[in-house]
Amino acid sequence: MFGRIVYESFRRQKRRKMLAAVAIMLGVTVATAMIAVATDIGDKINRELRSLGANLLVTPQEDSLDVEIGGVNLRPPSDGDYLSEADLPKIKGTFWRHNIVGFAPMLPASVTLSANGATREVPLLGTYFAKSLAFGKDEFVTGVRTTHPWWKVQGAWPNDNSTDVLVGERLATSLGVKPGDSLEFSGSAHRITGILSVGSSEDNQIVAPLSVAQQVIAKPGAVRRIYVSALTKPEDALARRDPKSMNPELFDRWYCSPYVQSIAYQLQEAIPHSHAEQIRQVSQNEGTVLARIKGLMLLVTLAALLASALAVSAAMATAIFERRVEVGLMKALGAGDFAVASLFFAEAALLALFGGVAGFAAGGLLARQIGRTIFASEITIQPVLFPIILAIAVIVTFSGSAIAIRRAVKFDPVFALRGDA
Amino acid sequence: MSTATASVAPSLREKRAGKPHTSMFLRMLLRAAVLRRGRAASALMAMTVAATVATAMMNLYVDVQAKLRSEFRSYGANIVVVAKDGTSLPPSALDAVTAALQGHGQAVPFAFVVARTSSDQPVVVAGTNFDQVRSLNRWWSVSRWPSAPQEALLGMRAVPVVAPRGGPFDLTFQGRTLHLNSAGTLQTGAAEDNRVYLSMNDFVAWTGVQPSTIEVAASGAPPEVEATMQRLAAALPAADVRPVRQIVEGEARVLGKTRATLLAASVLIILTSALCVFSTLTGWVFDRRRDFAVMKALGASEKLVSGFFAAEAAALGAVGALLGYALGIGVAAWIGRANFNATITPRLSVFPWVLTGSMVVAILSAIVPMTMLRKVQPAIILRGE
Repeated sequence: MFGRIVYESFRRQKRRKMLAAVAIMLGVTVATAMIAVATDIGDKINRELRSLGANLLVTPQEDSLDVEIGGVNLRPPSDGDYLSEADLPKIKGTFWRHNIVGFAPMLPASVTLSANGATREVPLLGTYFAKSLAFGKDEFVTGVRTTHPWWKVQGAWPNDNSTDVLVGERLATSLGVKPGDSLEFSGSAHRITGILSVGSSEDNQIVAPLSVAQQVIAKPGAVRRIYVSALTKPEDALARRDPKSMNPELFDRWYCSPYVQSIAYQLQEAIPHSHAEQIRQVSQNEGTVLARIKGLMLLVTLAALLASALAVSAAMATAIFERRVEVGLMKALGAGDFAVASLFFAEAALLALFGGVAGFAAGGLLARQIGRTIFASEITIQPVLFPIILAIAVIVTFSGSAIAIRRAVKFDPVFALRGDA
Repeated sequence: MSTATASVAPSLREKRAGKPHTSMFLRMLLRAAVLRRGRAASALMAMTVAATVATAMMNLYVDVQAKLRSEFRSYGANIVVVAKDGTSLPPSALDAVTAALQGHGQAVPFAFVVARTSSDQPVVVAGTNFDQVRSLNRWWSVSRWPSAPQEALLGMRAVPVVAPRGGPFDLTFQGRTLHLNSAGTLQTGAAEDNRVYLSMNDFVAWTGVQPSTIEVAASGAPPEVEATMQRLAAALPAADVRPVRQIVEGEARVLGKTRATLLAASVLIILTSALCVFSTLTGWVFDRRRDFAVMKALGASEKLVSGFFAAEAAALGAVGALLGYALGIGVAAWIGRANFNATITPRLSVFPWVLTGSMVVAILSAIVPMTMLRKVQPAIILRGE
């Protein structure tokens, strides 16, 4: 009998049930989308923060002091120690390799240009632009286009395996060159593919593929420093501790957390004779910005959950309030409060399940759309969210209906049937 | 919106022409609210909550930008003023920069020379103002800031070259030797680690070289920063004024994404709360179909009845918006305190939006059931069918 009443109630009041289910569905959609966005926002913003540039710098351990003012290095290029280019792919073999967004080796050199009969000394920087490398079976593309996204090129980026170069915009103006021209240095001609605009000392330099710079200083395989851009976890008390003073258990926890310090430690392990240091300007500040944005989204998600809970309860309350006459009739025929209430709760549960499933699917689509339009990447919904969302939907629908059901049940059937509500 | 108020306004104006009618209309509105307290209260609550959420979200959306931007200032300078071609800036440059900033930011001068250590090693020595650099470059990890004259800050990598045994050391520039004490070490992970930092007074007295670079952290939105840059360029025609693109572009990108996410969230939340108001108010009007029928049976015109319900809904919307605005400001202020440790200024400009939004939603929620009821004969409603 109970089942039949529920079934008939759905069959006969399709429009009303649809309205309630749609309200629940919309509420669940918003809740799902917001929870999905809020759980993923940290990762997404962390990636956006990488546009501020590398947060780690790897240098040779026994390096001599840099004597550099305004981008002009007064240290003789032959002085000091070098890292080996062959060790670079090992960066992708470290424990936190998936957190390494990119890296770019740098090798400063200096070349003599002869123009209009006069010769001048011009700094040259060798680097990767977008070089494809392989570590084991892992293939990846890395270079300044990933680590230094504010470098803008008018023209085209050179191929990493060519001898083409970029010329900084200030240097290009003083030399009077444009893309397509060529420069003559170290005994060969180099085509200029583009003019580089950075807004700092690189604007006065020639930027060339790493192999060109190695040729210029006659040190094949040499790299002066490596900029590494890594996704890190904001620093906490454990991160700041000295790994040498930790017991093995604590050390494992430190080693297996993507702190900027532990990634630096692993880079030092991967590249022989190296010293890795966090670039504090970038690494120290991203934690605060990230925490602020995450906190904001958490609070906004709470507001969204509250709003959708209220919308669902309001819809349920209205739906039940309209059925006082029905309740009066049932009670006049001898139904107890419990029987009436359980009928409504069963209906609410069914509605919550339908609305919840549909809302979860719609919320997933919405979150994906938000991820695509705003971050140009997918926002994935953890399947673990599904039971949680469904439980929330049922609880909210129940609690939203509870007051209305109580009022409907307490109402005197005589008044309800007379229509004196 | 415009059509909804237009339909209310004439009917109100008509009634105001005769005084007794006005008081009757008002009395009906008041009694309706008093007699059905429960339903009216729940409708008002839904209205208030929706207005609260909308106010809080709009206020946050407007203010969060400014708050996050000030967080980004901890990344340091976003503009650099550099003397052209390795020369020095005029001695009045710092004053000119400070004047051009008009209090919207801070400026720190830097001067550089290459000096020799006692073992004839070259090292870059920089002069700066320690108090200013400390507040601008908060990521500098310094063991102890110099406080007395002739005290220097040593970059981590410079320590073994300059003062391998610790204690006092000598630096020579163009034949003039300066005796210095080491105050502490500096670690940044960048070029600063290779340098020795002196106070600007010591530096100028020793080398006679004026600052060549002024780092500027200008606060405000991109147009304001742009305007500051133009003022700086006008004030110092002899220098290059350029943005620190790494910081400026990164900031714009992160802020843009955050803003877009917040906008999407605000739209979703405001829509959901509007839905909540809609379903509550629709139920409320449906519930009063007997009033509607009685009014019509007593000879009220369709216009008057619709006007009555619409006015009721509009009044509800206005009261809800007022309460919600006050509460929403509170919520936004709390979020500002909890998340940014800063107060979020109440935005009066949000209020008209919340008010019109609430009234439009309220009137729409009343009109939908009204049009449905209009088709039904009063007799049928009164018979209770």
